[in-house]
Amino acid sequence: MGKTFAEKVLGKAAGESVSAGQVVIVEPHFCMSHDNAAPIWGTFKKIGVDKVWKPDHLVFILDHAIPAPTDKHAENHKQIREVVKEQGIRYFYDVTSKGGVCHQIMCEEGFALPGLIMVGSDSHTCTYGAFGAFSTGIGRSEMAATWATGQIWFRVPESMKITVKGKFKKGVSAKDLILKIAGDIKADGADYMSIEFHGPAIEEMSLAERMTLCNMGIEIGAKNAVCPPDQKVLDFIKPIAKTDEWEAMWADDDAVYAQELNYDLGDIEPCVAKPHTVDNYASIGEVKGTPIHQAFLGSCTNARIEDLRLAADILKGKEVAVRTIVIPASWSVFRQAMKEGLIDVFLDAGCVITNPGCGPCMGNHEGILAPGETCISTANRNFKGRMGNKESNIYLASPMTVAASALKGEISDPREVL
Amino acid sequence: MENKVLRGKAWVFGDDIDTDLIYHNKYLAETDPKKMPQYSFEYLPGKENFAKEVKEGDFVVAGTNFGCGSSREHAVYCLKYAGVPVILAESFSRIYYRNAINNGYPVLFVKGLSQAIKDGKIKDGDDLEVDLEKGEIRDLTNGNSFHGDAVADLEMDIMKAGGLIEYLKEKAVSK
Repeated sequence: MGKTFAEKVLGKAAGESVSAGQVVIVEPHFCMSHDNAAPIWGTFKKIGVDKVWKPDHLVFILDHAIPAPTDKHAENHKQIREVVKEQGIRYFYDVTSKGGVCHQIMCEEGFALPGLIMVGSDSHTCTYGAFGAFSTGIGRSEMAATWATGQIWFRVPESMKITVKGKFKKGVSAKDLILKIAGDIKADGADYMSIEFHGPAIEEMSLAERMTLCNMGIEIGAKNAVCPPDQKVLDFIKPIAKTDEWEAMWADDDAVYAQELNYDLGDIEPCVAKPHTVDNYASIGEVKGTPIHQAFLGSCTNARIEDLRLAADILKGKEVAVRTIVIPASWSVFRQAMKEGLIDVFLDAGCVITNPGCGPCMGNHEGILAPGETCISTANRNFKGRMGNKESNIYLASPMTVAASALKGEISDPREVL
Repeated sequence: MENKVLRGKAWVFGDDIDTDLIYHNKYLAETDPKKMPQYSFEYLPGKENFAKEVKEGDFVVAGTNFGCGSSREHAVYCLKYAGVPVILAESFSRIYYRNAINNGYPVLFVKGLSQAIKDGKIKDGDDLEVDLEKGEIRDLTNGNSFHGDAVADLEMDIMKAGGLIEYLKEKAVSK
């Protein structure tokens, strides 16, 4: 009987053959923390250990509120800088032009690597599965314990196999697929499971599209989500890998799955998640014409250069009807967008561009909503009050749908402006 | 964790109660767990009074996927330090479940609870009796009973130690 991806990776790390349901204790590779490294440090000190287990395995990336919008945030950042110095943390991305959204940095800087077990004190750590990593989000106490011991427990998850074939039609992208999946299986549809994306359409997808899919695995409850570490992944990671301890691993053909789903991209259409849950699917036709007050193109889900290109194609030579906030996922994405003239396209269209970071995604700053306002967003969560006010509404959509909607000031079908 | 029968009132919630509803991101900068209960469920319509009115010993009763969303531990602390002794839910999101275990905070998986809530078989304000060890839950207000499964094995060891940090300290001492 074959093994799933999760069984293989966790089994290799545990040094034995394992199956779903077993508990293993393993040493993770890279451990990522963002601005919450400060409170984690507070918990770490209570354990009674002086030094973190491997300073080269910790990665700190400031992104949640940068540059600091309040003195409380500034204090946290200051403390993180002190910890970096004291513990000799090798990988630290401060408020500089090397930084950006933590999950984007982890991928573009060569931390996200095939076969590595990676944890992060952020729920969207599952993004690194796009590069064949087994990566998952954990809480702060658990991260503190991992810093101290270099060990973490996992129950080997059951797996869900999602096989995708076909081609996207014009105006449709990976975001529409994952919103459709969330609508179909609901927010708890993959609770505790490892999601494996299979099929020819996944191989056709860019790494950016695969990141969008894996990023939102958590929104359907998954422990991790992963795509095959194919040649596209290997070509990307080989020149930048931060360690050579990775190994391309994938599920056996006869692996056993708890659930299997099949999608044909040709059936997917532009869509949104309506307020206030990610699984509240609606096709674009059902919500077209809904007035909006703000459009947000950003976040770890959809602010890579590929996403900005899709949005810029729609905005080029036109003017937005509502305030539109563009936040590239990292400064390297920002620079690339400048080189390609996309920043000019956004500015000419009337968009506001802010520095790479999480921005308004979880209501910290740079685009908080007022009561009664509606935002269409490329981010991953539309929970009530997520963008700062509980009387506001968030619709989640693809970069193309967000751009098309920004032009009209109401939710719009991107196929009509392409 | 002693085997005792707990009594308290039920605060009943539906499915997919996310971490922003339990503890809103507006208060994430708070680092003192004891100050977190005042913000519990502030963003959840109909439950805005929870923080003010919850009494030590009251139970949180929920449907499926309780605690979905963010990895914030605040969403565990705000209930633990409000004196809620255990969360009863049909299922928990994975990170919420781990955060609870790692803080020595009991949770029970109760089959059929989501439907029972929808059918009004367990309601806000009902008097509950919960035997944590046996997993028996009785609604004294209407006589309905439910069964909850406790966590097992390693998770139980962590819980018994009082949380992951305490568990690690014990292990270090016994080595």
